[in-house]
Amino acid sequence: MTIEIKTEDYCVEYDPTLRTVTFAGRLRLAGAEDYAAIAQLLDDTVTQGLPLVVLNLQSLHSLNSSGMAMLSKFVIKVRQHKTIQIIVQGSKDIPWQGRSLKNLQRLMPDLQLKLD
Amino acid sequence: MAQIFGDFIEDLPAGDEYLMIGFCPGSLSLQKRWRNNGLSADFLADYLITFFPGDEDHLNPVSRRAEIKGAVSYIANELLENAMKFNDETSQFGISIQLQLHPNKLIFLATNSVNPVAVKHFQTIIQELITGNPEEMYVQRLEENAADATLKTSGLGFLTMISDYVAKLGWKFEPLPEQPEIITVTTMVQLSI
Repeated sequence: MTIEIKTEDYCVEYDPTLRTVTFAGRLRLAGAEDYAAIAQLLDDTVTQGLPLVVLNLQSLHSLNSSGMAMLSKFVIKVRQHKTIQIIVQGSKDIPWQGRSLKNLQRLMPDLQLKLD
Repeated sequence: MAQIFGDFIEDLPAGDEYLMIGFCPGSLSLQKRWRNNGLSADFLADYLITFFPGDEDHLNPVSRRAEIKGAVSYIANELLENAMKFNDETSQFGISIQLQLHPNKLIFLATNSVNPVAVKHFQTIIQELITGNPEEMYVQRLEENAADATLKTSGLGFLTMISDYVAKLGWKFEPLPEQPEIITVTTMVQLSI
């Protein structure tokens, strides 16, 4: 069953059959407390013990620094598990992704970053 | 007396074009105003980009216009978020952000009041920012953030501007001349274009 968190600014959707969390829109919440629901959705993918998690950010046009902190926290959690592979799909057409997504790879060198 | 940190130009010549947005302290809570940060940042970016002619570089998937627009939107939003978070709500001093267009660079100026008790701590963080290695500090901050759930702010905005956008940052702290008990801080970000 797909799980979705949606507002007029952004949408985060988890599709377990594709093992993919898709982010879209502009995600600029005030801080860790406001990101808690999305962080929980991400954490649930880890507790399910899946061997692979895909983060699809190809339609995420903005992400503030608090959002990057949330994603980083998730990547560090995946790194600690050691048995989970993570793929981050981004877009070359969205400038912030070309500048900043590499930072996730610096946290977890095994992370596959695909900018299409 | 004013205190300067980092790359702050005091006698800044007026830019060719500038746009300034001000926010008066009002009855709306920070939470309710929060969405305005992103909307204002996107507006600044949309406005500025009209001064740059279109470029159709088919070899480069992200055009220079898109890069500049994305950078302005990111930096302006982070500056506004910081100004809103750290503004001294008891002072009734407004928050402003200004974007100036200069021949080879953009200059952002964000001003807010800061609680006098918090000034020292803020200045310590700034000292770390301007003396440390930004890339190392960035990863270190991400790790700290993940390890400590009680950290309220990510502290990543300024580091991202420095390491991912190669921006120069400076700060000026000064008391309001007419009300010296109120301390204001202006953050200057210089972005080469």
